[in-house]
Amino acid sequence: MQLTNLTATEVVAGISARKFNAEEVAKAFLDRTAKLKNLNIYVHLDDEVVLNQARDVDRRLAAGEAVGPLAGLPVAIKDLLCVQGEPTTCGSKMLANFRPPYNATVIEKLKAAGAVLYGKANMDEFAMGSSTENSCYGPTLNPWDPARIPGGSSGGSAAAVAAMTAPVSLGSDTGGSIRQPAALCGVVGLKPTYGRVSRYGLIAFASSLDQIGPFTWNVPDMALMMEAISGGDPKDATSLPDAVPAYSQEIEKRPERLRIGVVKEFFGEGLDNEVAVAVHNAIEVYRKLGAEIKEVSLPHSKYGIAAYYIVAPAEASSNLARYDGTLFGHRAKDFSPADEAEKDLPALVRMMMATRAEGFGAEVKRRIMLGTYALSAGYADQYYNKALKVRRLIRNDFETAFKDVDFLIGPTTPTPAFKLGEKAANPLAMYLSDIYTITTNLAGIPGLSMPCGLSSEGLPIGMQLVGPAMSETALLQAARLFERETDWHTKRPNI
Amino acid sequence: MSTSANPPYTMIVGLEVHVQLLTESKMFSWTGTEFGLAPNTLCDPVNLGMPGTLPVMNGKAFNMALKTAIACGCTIPRYTKWDRKNYFYPDLPKKYQISQYDLPFSLGGSLPIPADKEGNGGKTIRLTRIHLEEDTGKMVHTSGQESEVDLNRAGTPLMEIVSEPDIRSAADARLCLEELRLTLRYLGVSDCEMQEGSLRCDANVNLHIDTPAGKVATPIVEIKNLNSFRSVERALLYEADRQYKKWKEDGLTISDAPKETRGWSDPDGITKLQREKETAADYRYFPEPDLLPVVVDEEWVERLRAEIGELPRERRQRFESTFGLSPYDANVLVEQGKDVADYFDAVVALTDQYKMASNWVQQEVLRTANADGISVADFPVKPAMLANLIARVGRGELNNQQGREVLGKLIETGAGADIDQIIEAGGFKMVSDEGPIREAIQAALASNPKAMEDLKTGKKKPDAVKGFLRGQVMKATGGKANPALVGQLMDSILAELEGGA
Repeated sequence: MQLTNLTATEVVAGISARKFNAEEVAKAFLDRTAKLKNLNIYVHLDDEVVLNQARDVDRRLAAGEAVGPLAGLPVAIKDLLCVQGEPTTCGSKMLANFRPPYNATVIEKLKAAGAVLYGKANMDEFAMGSSTENSCYGPTLNPWDPARIPGGSSGGSAAAVAAMTAPVSLGSDTGGSIRQPAALCGVVGLKPTYGRVSRYGLIAFASSLDQIGPFTWNVPDMALMMEAISGGDPKDATSLPDAVPAYSQEIEKRPERLRIGVVKEFFGEGLDNEVAVAVHNAIEVYRKLGAEIKEVSLPHSKYGIAAYYIVAPAEASSNLARYDGTLFGHRAKDFSPADEAEKDLPALVRMMMATRAEGFGAEVKRRIMLGTYALSAGYADQYYNKALKVRRLIRNDFETAFKDVDFLIGPTTPTPAFKLGEKAANPLAMYLSDIYTITTNLAGIPGLSMPCGLSSEGLPIGMQLVGPAMSETALLQAARLFERETDWHTKRPNI
Repeated sequence: MSTSANPPYTMIVGLEVHVQLLTESKMFSWTGTEFGLAPNTLCDPVNLGMPGTLPVMNGKAFNMALKTAIACGCTIPRYTKWDRKNYFYPDLPKKYQISQYDLPFSLGGSLPIPADKEGNGGKTIRLTRIHLEEDTGKMVHTSGQESEVDLNRAGTPLMEIVSEPDIRSAADARLCLEELRLTLRYLGVSDCEMQEGSLRCDANVNLHIDTPAGKVATPIVEIKNLNSFRSVERALLYEADRQYKKWKEDGLTISDAPKETRGWSDPDGITKLQREKETAADYRYFPEPDLLPVVVDEEWVERLRAEIGELPRERRQRFESTFGLSPYDANVLVEQGKDVADYFDAVVALTDQYKMASNWVQQEVLRTANADGISVADFPVKPAMLANLIARVGRGELNNQQGREVLGKLIETGAGADIDQIIEAGGFKMVSDEGPIREAIQAALASNPKAMEDLKTGKKKPDAVKGFLRGQVMKATGGKANPALVGQLMDSILAELEGGA
C-alpha cells in the first residue's frame, strides 16, 4: 500500500485501526517530499519535528489515551500561519528570521485534534500573487507540469496535496488564493464564510477578506478538516460563534434544495474553451441529478477586480506598515543616505525606508503604494470609499441571486495553469486570474473549487460552487453529490 | 470674562483632554495597565502588533467611556465603529492607532463650571465629542543620538474629550478641567493623575480683539505639553498676552496664518513654537476591519445610567437645597473629592446642625486631613463621632469654642477616642448656671471702669464695648460659660445699672 496515495480520511482510519502507525505515515510523506524537492513546495520542514509529533500520537494511542479526530494526520501549513517557535515567514525576506511566540488558533485546533503539523508551504509574499512566483524562496512548480505555476498565493499548500507530499494542507484565501491554486493543481479547496474560521495567527494581507481554508483530495476530507478548524474564537472579534455542524455526517445527505445558478458573467470573454466545456459538463451532471438549473446575473461582478484592488491594498498598506525594522523582522544594516534628498532625513526614517526597500518584493511594494494612494486625503472618496460602495453592490448581487437559487456554479479560473514567467511581467493579466473568485471574498461568502476535468494537455480544470453565508454544509453536500457521480477527484499527477 | 477695556480682547479656548481609563487590562489585549513598571514589561503579542495578532475590544473600557458620556449628558449614537489612524512612529507598534474617526461613540454633552467664592459661575462648557482609542508607547530620548521606546503604555484605553471653544478665561479652563477630573473620579473611570499622564490636556486658544473696525480673531494656537492644571492656567495667560502683543506687531489674523502648535515650557513660563511637520499629516483613516462596529441600544445606556450614582453637580444642588448651604460652601465640600462629600453626608445624616457640620468639615476636618496628608476617608474622627459632638454643641452642652477644643482632643487621641471621657477629663462643660455667670459679669464690669465710661459717654460703639466685656467674662470662666447666657445676663445687669443711676 502506498501511504502517500491515501486520502486524509483513509490515513486517520488506518492509524486508528492500527493498520499502520502515525510515524510510518509521516515517514512516507517525508520520503516523498525529499524526492520531490525540485517542486519547491516547502520553505521550512524539519523532519524530526514532524516525526516527534507522529511518535507522540503513536505513544498516546498505545497508552490508550484519547486522541483527536485527526490523530496522526500530517497537515502542511501555509507559511503565513503562526506556529509557535517555528519559522513563519510569509514568503518574505522581511520575516525571514521571525518565529512567533504563539500559535494561530487553527494551529491550536489542529494540535488538539491530534494532527501532525507538517512543513510550512511556499506562498506568494504576504499572500500577494496568483502564481507563487512572488516568494523570496523562488516559485513552487505545478506537480502536473513543472513548467507551470501551481497558482497562488497558496501555491505551496495546493501543490503539497497534489504532489502527495501531504494528505491535506491549510491555505488562506483573500481573493481566490485557495480556490485558484486548488483548481490549477486538481484538488478541492474551500474558502469558508468570512468568520467561520478564526483568523488569529494568520499574518494579515487584507483583514476584511482573508479567510483560512483547507486543501484536500475530496469532499469527505474537506468535511473532516472543516470540523477541526471551524468555530468562533474569543481572540478574533470577526469570527462567528455559530456551532460547527458535523460536516462529515452531513455531507452524505442530499442538499435540501438543489437550484443551481449559472453565472452569466462568468462565461464571457477570456474564458478558455476547454474550461467552459468542462464546467458545462459538470452542470449537466447536476441536471441529471435532478438539479434545477437557472441562469443568473451578478451585474456588478465586472467591477470586482477593480474594487478588490483598492480595498485589499488599502488594508494591506496598513497591515504591513509594522514591518519597518523597529520591533521585529528584517532591519537594514546600512541606512546611510541613498542620495542628496535623504541627507536631511532623520536616521530613524532612513532606517525604516531602507528596511522596507530591502525587505519587501516588487508586488508587495506595488500594492502598498496602491493602497496608500487609495486612502490618501483627497483620493479616499474617489477610490477607497467608492470601492466600499461597489463592495456593497456586489454583496447585494449575491443576495438577490440567492433568492432564486441555492448555489452558483462557474469556472474557478479562466484558464488551466499557465507557464512560469508567463504573466510575471504583467500584473493586470495576473490579477485577472482571480476574476471568478474575487467577488466571493468581497461578499464574505463561501466558495469551493473542485476538479471537474482535465485539459487536452492533461492539466486540471476546476469548477467553483458558491453559496450564501454559512452555507458550508449545503455546499459540501452539493460538492459530494457531484463527486459521487464523477471520478475527477481521483486523478493524480504522474510524478 | 476677560473682556474689559484693558486689554480689549476675549480669550477663546477649547480643550482636548486625553484620559486613561482605570481598567485592569489594555484596550484591545490582556496585559495590565499599571503605571511606573520597568520599561517594556507590560507587553503582549497583541499590543506589540506582532504579525497575525488581532485586537479584541475591552468591554469594561467601553462601558467606562459610555458612563462618562452619559454623565456629561452626551448623545450616544446607536452605531459606532473603530478606525485606523495610520502613521509611522516608533512608539506606535502597529504603525496605526486604533481610534474613532467619523462615528465616535459620543457626541455633544457638557461640563459645568461651578460657583466661585463671589458666587460667580454656573456656566456650562459644551463638549464636541468623546471618542475611545488606544494610547501609544513613550519615546525616551536619552543623551546622544539614541532614542528608546517604552511600550508599557501602548494600548492603554484612552478617552479623548473635545470641548467646544466655550471657555473665556484661563481660570475657567482650570475650573473646567477640575470639574472633569472630579466627575471622572466620581464615576471611578480614571484616577486623572496629570503627573502620571493619566489625564493629559491640549488647549486651543486665540483672541477676539475689539478694534474700532470690529472684532478681529488672532490665529489659533494649539498648546501642548501641559502637565498640570496650574500650567494650563499659566500657559493660557501667557499665550493670550503673547498673541495680543504679536497681533499689535504684525496684525496677522486667523485668515492670514495657519494653526500653529506651541509647547509649554513650565520652567521658562513660555510657549515655544514646535517644529511643524514638513507636510501636513495624512492619517489615511479607514474603518478597522479587525473589530466589529458597536451597536449601543437604549437598554445598554439605561443599564449604565442606573449604575451612575450622584454626580458632583447634582450633589452640590442637594447640599444647597436640602441643607441650606451657599453655592460656595456646597462646592467646597464637593470639589474636594468624593470622600469629603461622603463624610459630610454621613455627619448630616446624624445631626441637623447642617451649617455647623459644613463649617467644621470645611475647616477642622479638611485642614487637619490636608496637614497630615491623609484622605478624609481615613480621618481619625469618624462622621458619627463628629455628629455626636456637633449635636452636643447644638444642645448647648458645649459652646462653640469648647466643641472645637474637644474635636482637637478627639483628633489627637485618634481612633477609639471616648468623647465623654475627653469632655469629663478636660472639664469641657458649658456653665449655664446664672449665679456664677452673674458674679463673673459683675466682676468684669467692676474691673473695667474705662469700658463702663465708654459706654456711658457713647465714645465707642456700645456693641464693641459689650463684646469686649463678654470676652472678659468668657476668659474669667475659662471659656466654659454659655455665651448666649452671658450676653443675656450682661444686658439685663447693664440695664439695671442704667436704671439705677
